[in-house]
Amino acid sequence: MKPPPFRYHTPRSLSEALDLLRESSGDARVLAGGQSLVPLLNLRLAYPEVLVDLNQVQGLSYIRDDGARLRIGAMTRQREAEFSVVLAERCPLLVEALAQVGHPAIRNRGTVGGSLAHADPVAELPCVMTALNAELVAAGPEGERVIAASDFFLGPYETALDAREILVEVRIPSAPGPRHASFVEFSRRHGDFALAEAAAVLEGDGSCTGARVVAAGPAWIPCRLEAVERLVGGAGVARTDGAAQRDLVEEAGRTAEAAVAALPTHADATPYQRRLAAVLVKRAVAQALERWSRN
Amino acid sequence: MESELTDDRTDRRTVAVTVNGRRCTAEVDVRKTLADFLREDAGFTGVHVGCEHGVCGACSVLMDGQVVRSCILFAVQADGHEVVTVEGLGDEDALNPLQQAFVEHHALQCGFCTPGMLLAAVDLLKHCPDPTETQVREALSGNLCMCTGYANIVRAVRAAAPNVRSG
Repeated sequence: MKPPPFRYHTPRSLSEALDLLRESSGDARVLAGGQSLVPLLNLRLAYPEVLVDLNQVQGLSYIRDDGARLRIGAMTRQREAEFSVVLAERCPLLVEALAQVGHPAIRNRGTVGGSLAHADPVAELPCVMTALNAELVAAGPEGERVIAASDFFLGPYETALDAREILVEVRIPSAPGPRHASFVEFSRRHGDFALAEAAAVLEGDGSCTGARVVAAGPAWIPCRLEAVERLVGGAGVARTDGAAQRDLVEEAGRTAEAAVAALPTHADATPYQRRLAAVLVKRAVAQALERWSRN
Repeated sequence: MESELTDDRTDRRTVAVTVNGRRCTAEVDVRKTLADFLREDAGFTGVHVGCEHGVCGACSVLMDGQVVRSCILFAVQADGHEVVTVEGLGDEDALNPLQQAFVEHHALQCGFCTPGMLLAAVDLLKHCPDPTETQVREALSGNLCMCTGYANIVRAVRAAAPNVRSG
């Protein structure tokens, strides 16, 4: 239960960190908050030759609103983002999801970028960033590139990041109009990784004009449920029409069951987990609609 | 690069951590956890090592005022930082209000989880000076008590809150 030996570096700048990754030819791991990587080391499930600790790199922890998008530095602590006034106002969905990440002691160290780069199939942030159509910015030897969340997560603990790249920023595009959203998850014990989770983002003012709906749990990566999105975003339900919304929620639940069943689910996914994911999708849609109609 | 590590892959550093107001310096392996540093090098054995992979919460300490799990932090990462362990909360003659409330409400049985519970509660009361039962349970949900004495722990934290506020 002690970590294996490794060589440890504390670069002060991003370019120094990138140089270290390039020189270590693939045997290095980037250490951000360490709340997933260090348990893996202690359990001897990971044996990196080199650890490149980003905790002393300047300029990777920030939350900025430039109007067109929110920009969150990869090393921003989850706890800091959870308490951010800017995010509470501009992206309450993210705050709602962050409050369900592990426990306070985990969020005090865990980072927004670390969770995304680790890409646990049921981590909250990959699901939410997929629902928000976020962009992830990777820095590498050839400069920066921007990767859509939908292209970033490739499989369990597998992302589009190259071994020589570091995730430096997440960009969440601003909605053209009002946006109402919900994130729900179910785990056996409070703070555990969820069995399944769902996020729903609705856009529109007087009537709902668009939706993004994502489920995670039964598949190896968070998946958009386009049939549910078409149903909820295309129904044109009015903000004040409670009866139509209740019907829509029921219909969304049925559509979600079929949509989840059609996902490329992994071998360990149980029927219970698929059923749960569909129920959570229904709840997320219901809660987002309710928040919209209350507003 | 690999040759240096073939026989003895140990990478060592000197770290200086302020623990409970006292500066503690030691030369350690970079892979030494903060929990082991606090127990073995700094002598604060109130840091309890349970699961050693960040699940049980027994090794919780405050680093720069925030509760963290010292078994999944390396000692080198605490270099230059301030750490508070249970020994820094109070002593036998002058217990911290939380410790006093734990005694009065029978909130410890075997005592193994107690230091972590206390430090998680310190972090909670800083953000939330008058917590509801739900808030206490949520804040302590990352700390496991194998004696299952949760009800009294929650009572003790709520009872201590006014005294922590006024203290």
